[in-house]
Amino acid sequence: MKFNIPIGPQHPALKEPISIRLTVEGEVIRDADLRLGYNHRGVEKLAEEKSYVQNIYLTERICGICSHSHSTCFVQGAEKLLEIVPPRRGVYLRYLVSELERVHSHLLWLGVAGHEAGFDTFFMYTWRDREVVMDLLEMISGNRVHYAINTLGGVRRDIDEPLRQKILEGLKVLKARSEYYFKVGASEPTFVARLAGVGRLTKQQAIDLCATGPTAKASGVALDVRKNDPHDFYDEVEFDVPTADTCDVLGRTVVRIKELFESYKICEQILQKLPDGPVAVKAPRRAKPGEVVSRYEAPRGENIHYIVANGTDKPERLKVRAPTLGNYAATIEMLRHGYIADVPLIFAAIDPCICCAERSVEMIDARSGEERTLRFSDLRRMANERARTLPLQRNVEWPL
Amino acid sequence: MAALNTILYLVVFPGILFLFIYSTFVEWFDRKVFARLQNRMGPTHTGKSGLLQPIADFVKLMAKEDIVPDKVDKKMFTALPVVGLAVVLTAGLLLPVWNIDLAVASPISFPGDLIVLLYLLTLPTLVLFLAGWSSTNAFSILGGTRVLTMLFGYEVPLFLAVLSPAVLAGSWRLAEIAAFYRAHPLLILPNLIGFGVALIAVQAKLERTPFDIPHAETEIVGGTFTEYSGKKLAFFRLMADIEMVVAAGLLATVFLGGFGGGFISAFAQFIVKTLFIVFLLSVLRAVTGRIRVDQVVSFAWKWLAPLAVLQLLIVILIKGFVL
Repeated sequence: MKFNIPIGPQHPALKEPISIRLTVEGEVIRDADLRLGYNHRGVEKLAEEKSYVQNIYLTERICGICSHSHSTCFVQGAEKLLEIVPPRRGVYLRYLVSELERVHSHLLWLGVAGHEAGFDTFFMYTWRDREVVMDLLEMISGNRVHYAINTLGGVRRDIDEPLRQKILEGLKVLKARSEYYFKVGASEPTFVARLAGVGRLTKQQAIDLCATGPTAKASGVALDVRKNDPHDFYDEVEFDVPTADTCDVLGRTVVRIKELFESYKICEQILQKLPDGPVAVKAPRRAKPGEVVSRYEAPRGENIHYIVANGTDKPERLKVRAPTLGNYAATIEMLRHGYIADVPLIFAAIDPCICCAERSVEMIDARSGEERTLRFSDLRRMANERARTLPLQRNVEWPL
Repeated sequence: MAALNTILYLVVFPGILFLFIYSTFVEWFDRKVFARLQNRMGPTHTGKSGLLQPIADFVKLMAKEDIVPDKVDKKMFTALPVVGLAVVLTAGLLLPVWNIDLAVASPISFPGDLIVLLYLLTLPTLVLFLAGWSSTNAFSILGGTRVLTMLFGYEVPLFLAVLSPAVLAGSWRLAEIAAFYRAHPLLILPNLIGFGVALIAVQAKLERTPFDIPHAETEIVGGTFTEYSGKKLAFFRLMADIEMVVAAGLLATVFLGGFGGGFISAFAQFIVKTLFIVFLLSVLRAVTGRIRVDQVVSFAWKWLAPLAVLQLLIVILIKGFVL
């Protein structure tokens, strides 16, 4: 007996609205479909009406987890357009926050994976230890979530010697705890039984479907912007790109935990090599006409910002491609032929950030199932038409 | 006097009143242990150390709006929580906690009450299946089928594991089995494998992690209970709590020598032994993640059932050569 199960747009496994429609036979999934567009926010349009400085704080608010990823990606591009080079100390501090953010994001993901697998103890422990890195970020930037440390031409705050020591101590604690999680994540029988062999994505599929981040790395594709395109910093530090060849959720877990260790390594090198000097230079307000593509390895994968400048102090166009969007096609492939019980895990394993990825409005006719993508002008025209042709409602009176 | 005794037995101890209060205490204990193992505080607000929290939850649910969906079979939907609660309360009466005269067979202790108790503990599973099935919600139906699928896994190992101490004691009567092990405490040891099997099977019967598959919230929302709210949900939750007390009492009776001595002594032993078993169940819940329903069945038949048969074999050998 085949029947349809809707996962979302509102569902306990989903922290943000997205709709996964499953056709199931008993417990086995025969087909899967994703529907997006429940969370349109108009960030890109808004960016066209704000100056470059204001846009740093706007792009930071695209995502609540990888906030620094979006603002760094934007700042990298904007600095190229404005033709300024941030001082080395500023660059080092910027990517120190980047790596600490990766640590907090991956620890958060581990907890979510534990929760989706019904292993709540793991969830409680990882989130407790995540507080260590959250505190470090707060000490560096003053904030826990939206660090607001980036500015055009560098960073806004410097760190001093006592803080440097505190960060090194915090990293030691985190390292010890991460080793424990590596042990638990790879050996607790019920947890491993749920992760191994689930959500398979072969190497070829990962390449064909443009998977990115840990999803691609777990399928054996060493895709990492930090290595492939080390912009102006990552060639100065030593680190590896961890990959796994299991092609399943267990591989994605292992890759993320290994990435934690690489991030600790990078943080330590940054703190050891930290150059002296100023942390920022003064930036001009206007950019010459031009365009730039900025790439950045967010915790979830490759983040791309495309900025067009038109000679004013505001960008002509800002296009954001969040890593989650790159992984959706692969997710549908992973969901097929799995069990219903594995849906939350498979979906969580791409570390989806739905609000980052939502862009267009897609209309689905409830009766025919026909889909069409609408522009804002179409929506306005439809609304006006509807208001004109709406039959007068009985019993509706203005009460006053 | 006999009538008064019967009424006391039904209403006060170990009847409705005691089972209600004690099951809420056990729920508090379970939540607290679970929370402490997870580095959390658990309930703290209502009563001393949150002791009254389960009762507060119960009262709150009783006061909530009671919604019956249009499409459901209304009679069955309404009757099931009451039937489930009645079944587990009846099962609770069969526990030999009252000091029972072994020489007399009475309505609450008779040869074969072990079988009746096991039967009464199977009924809540059926009630949960029907509750999920009659809700006509996709998530509930999936939850209901998962309840039944799991039943095929853990039920046989549970029966085999619980019956082997009875075979060794040579009785189907709970009070006699307990008295036998109180007389021969060393014979508790050969039953340890069975005790482990029964603990895991009871965890599955109570639908707790790693077997909380029928109401796995990240997969199928509320599962069996998706459409239930208000009083009916409160009854189901109370049913689960009392089922835990009864199951813990059953294991304590057949594996840990039951509850002997006078009233005070039996009462104290009942509390200590059931809390010990609930503690083990809570630890099991804290250190595992949820597994898949097909993994439950294969685990039960690959490991639990052979171990239970091995336990039966050990018991038969001891009975043949040692006793």
